[in-house]
Amino acid sequence: MCACVCHPTDATLQVDISDALSERDKVKFTVHTKSTLPNFKQNEFSVVRQHEEFIWLHDSFVENEDYAGYIIPPAPPRPDFDASREKLQKLGEGEGSMTKEEFTKMKQELEAEYLAIFKKTVAMHEVFLCRVAAHPVLRKDLNFHVFLEYNQDLSVRGKNKKEKLEDFFKNVVKSADGVLVAGVKDVDDFFEHEKTFLLEYHNRVKDASAKSDRMIRSHKSKNQLHFRTETQQVSCSPDRKFFLKVSELFEKTRKIEARVAADEDLKLADLLKYYLRESQAAKDLLYRRSRSLVDYENANKALDKARAKNRDVLQAETSQQLCCHKFEKISESAKQELIDFKTRRVAAFRKNLVELAELELKHAKVKGLVTVRSR
Amino acid sequence: MADTARDPPPESTDFQELEDGEDLFPEPAATQESGPASLPAEDISTNSNGPKQDSLFDDDPEDLFAEATEEVSLDSPERDVLLSDGPSPAITPITPPTSVITPRIGLAHDDMFTHSSFDEIEEEEGGDSFDIHIAVSDPEKVGDGMNAYMAYKVTTKTSLSLFKTDEFSVKRRFSDFLGLHSKLASKYLHIGYIVPPAPEKSIVGMTKVKVGKEDQSSNEFVEKRRSALERYLMRTVKHPILLKDPDVLQFLESSELPRAVSTQALSSAGLLRMVNKAADAVNKMTIKMNESDAWFEEKQQHFENLDVQLRKLHASVESLVCHRKELSVNTAQFAKSAAMLGNSEDHTALSRALSQLAEVEEKIDQLHQDQANADFYLFSELLGDYVRLITAVKGVFDHRMKTWQKWQDSQLLLQKKREAEAKLQFTNKPDKLQQAKDEIKELEGKVQQGERDFEQISKTIRKEVSRFEKERVKDFKTIIIKYLESLVQTQQQLIKYWEAFLPEAKAIS
Repeated sequence: MCACVCHPTDATLQVDISDALSERDKVKFTVHTKSTLPNFKQNEFSVVRQHEEFIWLHDSFVENEDYAGYIIPPAPPRPDFDASREKLQKLGEGEGSMTKEEFTKMKQELEAEYLAIFKKTVAMHEVFLCRVAAHPVLRKDLNFHVFLEYNQDLSVRGKNKKEKLEDFFKNVVKSADGVLVAGVKDVDDFFEHEKTFLLEYHNRVKDASAKSDRMIRSHKSKNQLHFRTETQQVSCSPDRKFFLKVSELFEKTRKIEARVAADEDLKLADLLKYYLRESQAAKDLLYRRSRSLVDYENANKALDKARAKNRDVLQAETSQQLCCHKFEKISESAKQELIDFKTRRVAAFRKNLVELAELELKHAKVKGLVTVRSR
Repeated sequence: MADTARDPPPESTDFQELEDGEDLFPEPAATQESGPASLPAEDISTNSNGPKQDSLFDDDPEDLFAEATEEVSLDSPERDVLLSDGPSPAITPITPPTSVITPRIGLAHDDMFTHSSFDEIEEEEGGDSFDIHIAVSDPEKVGDGMNAYMAYKVTTKTSLSLFKTDEFSVKRRFSDFLGLHSKLASKYLHIGYIVPPAPEKSIVGMTKVKVGKEDQSSNEFVEKRRSALERYLMRTVKHPILLKDPDVLQFLESSELPRAVSTQALSSAGLLRMVNKAADAVNKMTIKMNESDAWFEEKQQHFENLDVQLRKLHASVESLVCHRKELSVNTAQFAKSAAMLGNSEDHTALSRALSQLAEVEEKIDQLHQDQANADFYLFSELLGDYVRLITAVKGVFDHRMKTWQKWQDSQLLLQKKREAEAKLQFTNKPDKLQQAKDEIKELEGKVQQGERDFEQISKTIRKEVSRFEKERVKDFKTIIIKYLESLVQTQQQLIKYWEAFLPEAKAIS
């Protein structure tokens, strides 16, 4: 189910979400770990986690200076059942105005939709954990182990208003900074290339993702209509057998079309959305590197000034060395990360595009058969 | 038949022989009148399976144009004789909406030929053939500014002896069609014949065309109207009584037609029509008919239900068309976006695959568009036509009610007069008595006439309704089958596209 391609057979640490429960306004995930690492008390265990705890884990990675040189796996999006719940509610209210048949049909459809959203959000949380577990450095993170093992509530509250506001300002500063930093030309060709590529890629993925979303949404609404059309067909004629068959046909094709839309959603839209987030994470990495480069250059300038004035030279030296070290460390790991990112991306696209094509083909063939048969 | 023009001469003479052998239509068309031409009419309506299919087939706009081009090449000498084009100022031919039509001409052609041979066989077996086919084509803009109008070429191909020649065409404008309809309606509606309604006026649409905006929407409008006019004419001639009507014949044959001014929306005749309509509506509510015939009651109920259902269905098909168009727009946008993504991807194989994906999606978008057009032209227009037809049917029932009312009124009057006469008997006024007796005799005649009229209209309606129902079911079936075929084609195309894409996706490494 992962949109990414995790290392599946790494026995030292395997993480998955074995179960999930959807309650009023939250989802409880059962995170199941299998590990042969000595850090853990047992070889196999499970804990229950909520979305906020995933976010906490992600943020702890981002804020950790040691991980500045890695692409932090993007956080899973918040589970959003509002739209689906609203629809179910509306259906319940409108129960009186439709026939029993229509009502049960629509109810089944909406429930299937709810289930699909649910499965998706589980998958995305799982992908996040998989990526962390697959990363050679992040998997050793202490917070991660706590997350996996500590079987009580982590008492991580969601950010309150003040913190959200702080985050907002931090982002504003960061993006302004990002613009400044992006202007600095990089010495290293590889990074320069990556920077331009990522920028462009990210924008385009964003665009493609939005468009594919729209396309799929209109696909789905078209299906709704098919549904109504067929129910009306039946009641309008003396030649009932013929029209009954036609409306059955429409019903079948509609079900298939719904599945097509769902598959497209899964393979194409989700893929694009995921890489939108990942490319953003990669951009963040580049930003951090550029930031550290700027710091390094500033430290250099400070050192020169200190040497010129012959004051606090030692301090300036240590600070410069730190910056240099940090920059080099980031550059090194960043290079590897970006190469990995590319490999992963290519593999994921390949897998999903192949599956998309196969599914579309399958559905088209079935649809064709169904239509031909009812002639 | 539509195909006689293409066939080598020997076959067409065979046809003629058959026709003459069973010449049901008396040569002098003028002898037809509003009375029930019962037997021959019924024969025609029941034995026309094959040709109906063919004529219905020609609802397809593509076939239409395929034929149009054929006619030009084969009939040029004839046309010169028949067509006496009146003084027509600046004729600006409008390019037909090629985006809709051209891609499918090739396909349609082949289908036409296979169908035609099939139909010929059927006809020879059937013997008594309904052999007339009308095409409306070549919309041309005549004139300029607000006085401009669209002229359509109406081509009739037939081997019926009712007409002077086998094939002929005339130029007509929209108001001519409306004029024909109003004439037919005034002649036949009140005696119970279901006269097919003409396409509706559309002030907005026509103004756009008049003003000269040559864009997609005005082309679509013209195309919509053209196909609606064609369907209207075909339905009218399918009616055995209407076919023989001199107005219809004049409409189809004569090159000049007196302009039907009373069809203009803002004329005095138009206002009078509106007032009449309102009066009718009020009357309908006040007439309480004593329905003695359960059949009529049941049928009326049936048509009411049908009306409601068809309207709903029509509405949802229209919104289906809308949504499909939206889907195609979104797909096109996505295709562009995917292409851009492919461009910026630096892994060559993936980049190529993404561009391929973009191409596939673009093709799918085109497919969606075509499907939307099929939805519309086949399905939605059919439904619209039937909604209007049912209104006409209901109108016929209303007329029957009015006839009954008239009969009852004259009966009541007769009653009153008789009472008055009885009273007069006891007074000594011989001339008044005579007057009363004369009036009574007159009224008795009227009452009898009223009763006869009522029975007549009831009988006619029964026949008409059963003919209508049969045709309706056939119509629907044919159109739906065509629609399904178009769906199948779409599916097959989809399969082809995705099959082509799959190896590209697999080639990413």
